[in-house]
Amino acid sequence: MSGEITFTIDGAQVRGQAGQTILQAAALSNIYIPHLCAKRGLTPWGSCRVCTVLVNGRPQAACIQPIAEGIVVENDTEALRDMRRELIEMLFVEGNHFCPFCEKSGNCELQAMGYRLGMLAPQYPYFFPVRDVDASHPDLFLDRNRCILCARCVRASQELDGKHAYGFVGRGADKHVAANARTGLGGIDAAASDMASEICPVGSLMKKRVGYAIPIGQRTYDAKPIGSEIEQGAKPAQAGGAR
Amino acid sequence: MAETQESVIREICGRFGNDPTRVMDILLEAHRRLGSVPAEAVDAIARAVSLPRVEVESTLSFYAFFSPKPRGKFVIRLCNDIIDEMHGADRVGRAFREELGIDFGQTTPDGLFTLEHTPCIGMCDQAPAALINDKVVTNLSSDRARELVEVLRASGDVEHLKLTLGNGNNSHPLVRSMVRNNLRERGPVIFAPLARGTALRKALAESATEVIKNIKVSRLRGRGGAGFPTGMKWEFARAAVGENKVVVCNADEGEPGTFKDRVILTEAADLVFEGMTIAGYGVGAGTGIVYLRGEYAYLLAFLESLLKDRREAGLLGRNILGKQGFDFDIRIQLGAGAYICGEETALLSSCEGKRGDPKNRPPFPAQSGYMGRPTVINNVETFCCVARILENGPGWFSSIGTNDSTGTKLYSVSGDCDRPGVYELPFGAKVSDLLAMVGAQETAAVQVGGASGQMIGPKDFGRTLRFDDLATGGAVMIFNRQRDVLKVAEAFMDFFCEESCGYCTPCRVGNRLLRERLGQVADGKGSPEDLAYLQKLGETVKATSRCGLGQTSPQPVLTTLRSFRSEYERRVQTRPADLLPSFDGTAAVAVAESLAQRRSVYFGK
Repeated sequence: MSGEITFTIDGAQVRGQAGQTILQAAALSNIYIPHLCAKRGLTPWGSCRVCTVLVNGRPQAACIQPIAEGIVVENDTEALRDMRRELIEMLFVEGNHFCPFCEKSGNCELQAMGYRLGMLAPQYPYFFPVRDVDASHPDLFLDRNRCILCARCVRASQELDGKHAYGFVGRGADKHVAANARTGLGGIDAAASDMASEICPVGSLMKKRVGYAIPIGQRTYDAKPIGSEIEQGAKPAQAGGAR
Repeated sequence: MAETQESVIREICGRFGNDPTRVMDILLEAHRRLGSVPAEAVDAIARAVSLPRVEVESTLSFYAFFSPKPRGKFVIRLCNDIIDEMHGADRVGRAFREELGIDFGQTTPDGLFTLEHTPCIGMCDQAPAALINDKVVTNLSSDRARELVEVLRASGDVEHLKLTLGNGNNSHPLVRSMVRNNLRERGPVIFAPLARGTALRKALAESATEVIKNIKVSRLRGRGGAGFPTGMKWEFARAAVGENKVVVCNADEGEPGTFKDRVILTEAADLVFEGMTIAGYGVGAGTGIVYLRGEYAYLLAFLESLLKDRREAGLLGRNILGKQGFDFDIRIQLGAGAYICGEETALLSSCEGKRGDPKNRPPFPAQSGYMGRPTVINNVETFCCVARILENGPGWFSSIGTNDSTGTKLYSVSGDCDRPGVYELPFGAKVSDLLAMVGAQETAAVQVGGASGQMIGPKDFGRTLRFDDLATGGAVMIFNRQRDVLKVAEAFMDFFCEESCGYCTPCRVGNRLLRERLGQVADGKGSPEDLAYLQKLGETVKATSRCGLGQTSPQPVLTTLRSFRSEYERRVQTRPADLLPSFDGTAAVAVAESLAQRRSVYFGK
């Protein structure tokens, strides 16, 4: 598929290439659509639903919806910001997220999204689930309390590392990330140098012995809100690389 | 022992060609032979089919009928849907618990019995009902429950249960089930007699495009509930680029309160297979798959025998009915207890041996479905319509029903009425007419379309059952004035929390939040603000969920808020500004009290 496609986001004309998703085309035009599970270089997943936009009036996840000629996309509206904040709040109450002592604080995309979308405290009651921590790997640990089931580690291990170190086990509220070994994380072929070990948006899959190497105050989202790198037009690493 | 297990697994995997896409069948067979699939068996399967073990574990952990832990020789699954509850499932459950000395979710120490709850098993017209392994037992009472346990204990064999066989093919030697058809009203489309092969012969006399044109002219719309035009769906699949196209029959009827496909598969399965074969011819497919819900496993041997008959009659296989180059065959894929697999793309995942996660769309199944091949998925009832349209002509079909909804529709009627069962009526019947027909009195509420449908009150009983008014997959659950509609909605939300696949945030989390707050309101612990909270939350879940399950799961809340608002309003209380009605102080300090070993001054009991 090839050919240029023109459409609008919040009234602004956007050009993209056939085959791109709304999220990709928007990013290349320096328009930020909030998202969590989507990550450049990974197959679109569509689980967090934070990137929900209206396409010709119908809600669609921008990360999986292909662009089409003449579509009218609504992104930065009050109703959508509300909905996205609700989704973020759902993720916060579903797990056990304690920002003040989490090593990811300041680099955490969930936390940054909470700030960006103006979440003060979740309006929903906390679930306070009991979840396992797996620290059986010499260089990595998996703290499921903070997992948002975005599948970035699952995808990165397969698609970037060629390993298939992680997968999902269980259904519904019981769904969780599992290591590809009966013995858990310690039994898998995973290394701190894997792409999968770098890609967790929250503090769930983490490297050991690197805690607080960067002081609070100097972390990614301490100075600038999440999404500003896209809005300020930092070009993606490779041309057309928003895959 | 471990060696035996390993060799059993190897043999099973070998029988399915060590094919990673047949993991569902491998796990089903492993459960039949071993009772469960423990961690070592997962390793063995993964090795045999060359999959990462976590993928096998993923499938194993997804389906309610699978277990990594040893289970009893007899697994008793008592249906706890709302209709069964209304008919005394609670009492039956107590009898099972007392007789077995265990609670739900447990196995007896002698390893003989496991007791579980299960959502709707498609027997609401003969509730309370349960599954004992693959056997269905219906119209249960507490005495009957005790008796069943006694017989199983004494004989050690489910075949020794004294069951009065049901009518029709339920008494067929390959079914031998006590299930009754309760077919109350036969219409001209689904339950008229069919001479095997008649419709297919007529189809093969035409070109494939003419067959699709017939379906389009008939204005047939999908019977699963969404009502997508069948002819258009077939046209997409026919036009799609790709080899080895596939026709799938969705026989995973899991919507609480639905059981019409059960009766079709018992009495008119030939019509379904005929419709599938016609679809195969129309779209140019060579493969047919029937996805049969695990709860209907008791029909499997019977359906397989019908397929065999059709192969022998030249109606399946190579060069069907002498038509050179038209090859089509059907296999049955059994499910294992997951409502989500009724969602068409989740169904495809399951057919591929994976967990029943829905797939991202686009691409749509017609472009890229089962194993990436162009795939047509239709409901059991839709395929029956297809065969009948080819037999009697599209004009005949479209003369039945209404302009927007041609043909007949099957309704699965249950709840507070004298004659629960299956009714085949032309589209356009009024709810009130149906209520009169089934002998419903003092009806306060009707759930049209099952848990994901809508709850309507008397002011809507004059509305009509058709796609452009009250669209439904066919479930009609009736509640009289003694029932509490909020408790009914609560039961449906329990169901969705249990059945959400967990893939997307709003469905996985939002439904639990809806369930929690609805429960508080129903119990009189809600605040006036909770109505707006439920409305907003319900709308967000509906708008942002990834598949049809989450997009309809807030319906019990949203439609009762609309039709039974006074039920909510009369239960919520205004309290002093600093006190939430839902706050239970005694419960909140319970742990602290036990640690301190003294009572709270403020909240002490």
